[in-house]
Amino acid sequence: MKTLNRRKFIKLLAGTGAGVSMSGLIAACGKPSSGRVVIVGGGFGGSTCAKYLHRFDSNLDITLIEPSTRFLTCPFSNLVISGMKTLEDISHDYGAQTDRGVNVVHARVVDVDAASKKVKLDNGKELEYDRLVLSPGIDFKWEEVNGMEAADAEIIPHAWQAGNQTTLLRNQLEAMDDGGVVIVAPPKNPFRCPPGPYERVSLIAHYLKQHKPKSKILVLDAKDKFSKQALFMQGWQKLYPGMVEWVAGSEGGRIGEIDVAKRTLYAEFGDAHKGDVVNFIPPHKAGMIAHQAGLTNNDGWCFVDQRTFESRVHKGIHVIGDASIAGAMPKSGFAANSQGKVCAAAIVSSLRGKEMPEPSYVNTCYSLVGPDYGISVAAVYRYSEDKGIYSTGGGVSPLDEDADYRQQEARYARGWYDSITMDSFG
Amino acid sequence: MRRLLRANLILLAAFAFASEVQASEITRAVMLSNSCAACHGTDGNSPGAMPSINGKSAQFISRALLEFREGKREATVMGRHASGYSDDEIQLIADYFSTLP
Ligand SMILES: Cc1cc2nc3c(=O)[nH]c(=O)nc-3n(C[C@H](O)[C@H](O)[C@H](O)COP(=O)(O)OP(=O)(O)OC[C@H]3O[C@@H](n4cnc5c(N)ncnc54)[C@H](O)[C@@H]3O)c2cc1C
Ligand code: HEC
Repeated sequence: MKTLNRRKFIKLLAGTGAGVSMSGLIAACGKPSSGRVVIVGGGFGGSTCAKYLHRFDSNLDITLIEPSTRFLTCPFSNLVISGMKTLEDISHDYGAQTDRGVNVVHARVVDVDAASKKVKLDNGKELEYDRLVLSPGIDFKWEEVNGMEAADAEIIPHAWQAGNQTTLLRNQLEAMDDGGVVIVAPPKNPFRCPPGPYERVSLIAHYLKQHKPKSKILVLDAKDKFSKQALFMQGWQKLYPGMVEWVAGSEGGRIGEIDVAKRTLYAEFGDAHKGDVVNFIPPHKAGMIAHQAGLTNNDGWCFVDQRTFESRVHKGIHVIGDASIAGAMPKSGFAANSQGKVCAAAIVSSLRGKEMPEPSYVNTCYSLVGPDYGISVAAVYRYSEDKGIYSTGGGVSPLDEDADYRQQEARYARGWYDSITMDSFG
Repeated sequence: MRRLLRANLILLAAFAFASEVQASEITRAVMLSNSCAACHGTDGNSPGAMPSINGKSAQFISRALLEFREGKREATVMGRHASGYSDDEIQLIADYFSTLP
């Protein structure tokens, strides 16, 4: 039997002209809603959570609140920056959520009232919930950056949230003359997508090699080591010899101050570096609404029960994705997707008064070093009382593999993108 | 109006029934198997270059995962991935996928 979800059901009723209220109808059915879940943020975590909540229990009233009518993924935005894809290619809408009966509201949550279990939207409306899920992603700690503020990202783009910022960086690279210097400055830990800055360096190098081969990329890192470092460096050596210079944080990479107008970064100890294109990625914190809701710690992130993702501060509020502190899991779209499913299971189990079975989590970060050169890091995770979320297996792609292997992984990286965007937004 | 009411009652019955079948049990097998979807697609239906695993027999899946884990089957990522699961867990996952429509 084809299922008839609540929204379509209302539509049908409206068609018959019956003037009966929804709650009355549900009461008449003898099938009350199993609970009201409000989800803030329609990115990887929030969208996946909405979909899997519905799969576990289609009687839930699920509301997904997201200001934007289409979501642009950060995954593969580095391919847009290098000209291999367009913004359209990484854009996803909320049609599938609406079709399954999730109530999608395009607005911004401006306030969370944990005591009376209500959220307030920027359109003035208020929504009550039984459970609230926050997956707001990240914001930047501009307060820690000397000489630059949020508005200056129009001149020195971070491109660490996909959209206009992505286009801006792409346009600057296109406008640059051959022989120019591109500076990429990755942030300190923790930040979203640990291999992301280095995939970006790789794909910018790919673009420059084809179109502006005399140019250079200078990586001024806040850190002394980075994700899949040996694999990236081997790839740079192989594909872009002499083009990329990486400077470790303690060897002059850490930025002390920025002169926006001069596009110049001053290292904490040492030199001034002027770039023709500068991509400074500021340090991160949880998305602003998590701070407003009082859910964050001193470092700007949310403590949660890593089994259920329920906040350690407020009962009934779950935080997933980049904003949460999730043990050994990195901040990634894959992790947010995995956490969205575990959180959905935790909420449904709890509303049913049942114990949730032991969760299993997973993450894999694919990176493209070149269009036909893929590498990955994978891990499977479990939870324990004393360790929180810890890894039970996984590993990185082997060093010194042949071109065939790298090509296969590049193909699977694209396959992964198709699968995860379908699993999250489809 | 009588006809409308009748139509509504039929819809109500259909709705109540639909509600019943849509609340699924959350088992340990579900918790384990949902994490394959980000690569293999929801329910193992891959839209792109990843192999689909929906509708494969339990025997095929458990054997593949065991071989991946022991390094006896050619792989890029599956060997590393399968290392995170015990024999029992692999059996639960294999049984789960084989029962999906
Ligand atoms: C360049 C780059 C490359 C990346 N590549 C990969 C990759 O290959 N693989 C991978 O797994 N990850 C990758 N990531 C990381 C990935 O993008 C994030 O980890 C992921 O998006 C986190 O999901 P999330 O749900 O926490 O937040 P997001 O996906 O950012 O979603 C947050 C959503 O919340 C909304 N929101 C925020 N505040 C409010 C509010 N007050 N009210 C309503 N809505 C609100 C926002 O509009 C946004 O849509 C990459 C990131 C970058 C920057
Ligand atoms: C990181 C992405 C990823 C994840 C997560 C993942 N797989 Fe795979 N899987 C692959 C890839 C890629 C292959 C092809 C072999 C290879 O190169 O590793 C594959 C192959 C397989 C195959 C063999 C298919 C065939 O037709 O030969 C099976 C079975 C399989 N996976 C099952 C699973 C199960 C079950 C899970 C969850 C427990 C899972 N996979 C999780 C990426 C993934």
